[in-house]
Amino acid sequence: LKIKVLGSGCKKCVNLEENVRQALDQLGKTADLEKVEDMIEISNYNVLKTPALVIDEKVVSSGKVNSVEEIKTFLD
Amino acid sequence: VFNKIADIIVYDWLSLDAQTHLSQSLHFFIYDSIKIGFLVVFVIFLMGIVNSYFPVDKVREFLNQKKLHGLEHLLASLLGAVTPFCSCSSIPLFIGFLKGGIPLGVTLSFLITSPLVNEIAVILFLGIFGLKVTLVYALAGILVGTFVGYFLSRLQLEDYLEDWVLEQLKQKIAHAKFVDERNFVERLPDIKAEAVDTFKRIIPYIIGGVAIGAFIHGYIPTGYFESYMGRDNIFAVPISTVLAIPMYSNASGVIPVIQSLVAKGIPMGTALSFMMAVIGLSLPEALLLKKVMKLKLILIYFASVAVSIISLGYIFNFIL
Repeated sequence: LKIKVLGSGCKKCVNLEENVRQALDQLGKTADLEKVEDMIEISNYNVLKTPALVIDEKVVSSGKVNSVEEIKTFLD
Repeated sequence: VFNKIADIIVYDWLSLDAQTHLSQSLHFFIYDSIKIGFLVVFVIFLMGIVNSYFPVDKVREFLNQKKLHGLEHLLASLLGAVTPFCSCSSIPLFIGFLKGGIPLGVTLSFLITSPLVNEIAVILFLGIFGLKVTLVYALAGILVGTFVGYFLSRLQLEDYLEDWVLEQLKQKIAHAKFVDERNFVERLPDIKAEAVDTFKRIIPYIIGGVAIGAFIHGYIPTGYFESYMGRDNIFAVPISTVLAIPMYSNASGVIPVIQSLVAKGIPMGTALSFMMAVIGLSLPEALLLKKVMKLKLILIYFASVAVSIISLGYIFNFIL
């Protein structure tokens, strides 16, 4: 499982990363979690708004801080 | 109502003399904080609803139609005014629009207007300066975006984008679509979370802006600025625009400041130029744009926005 949080380092992105960690903890899963701040790499995912959440190279959400509950549904 | 609350706190609870500088500043601070606080809470909630139903990928889709009859700059500017803006998203948005096939000039029309005219600015203007000034301001902001974007598209500046951006533009994009089928009640928790987040982000600017406004209100004598920045000084508009470039704030932080400046004798047009330059032109923004634009393009972009802000300042001083 590979998870990426895309964002240029604003507060929302930090919050999203934290929520992902919590969701993983609660599900008892481990994943390769990476925070992507490089603009070139972010733009390769074609997101219009950050933060964005990428699971196994698929963009599942963009422009919002997903709740822990919502992230759990992505991970299942 | 807000005035009464401020009266009670300052004159009854703290029993300050109404004539002192301190009490006048404090009264302004309390009154404006409460009033602006209420207005802002109301607006960001409203913005959250708009954003939930009218997200930015729909905006891009709309602007990408080929049949806009030459109105694309105006439409981009209008949509920029309506779309809630977060500066941390401006680069992905910029790249995303260009990659989606929207011309550079049209993308810039959107990006110029988006911070200048937004729901928060409009509601605060309405609450403080009334309908006429609000309409003139909103119209002016939309025109700045429209004309500067149009002007820049005439100049064919695509080559002055950074190389990696040009590289990106060669890739075709696969549209990632998120269709949101939730009803209003199901969307509410997200809208609320977003609103709380926005509020936390802008509240320091509001407090800072109101504090500066309160200081000017209480301590600077009426007419003080008139001798330097009044109607007689024809350089007042360009000077205040240039002074504003190093300053960085958002609309909710600048409005309480210019409210006091206008009350102390600065003409409305000069004040509005100052405000537009603080919001629309700033060094942090230039640094952000540096990632996607070569220096020459940034300079042309800043210069043309500055020139239109200055021209509008003169026009405002003439008509308001």
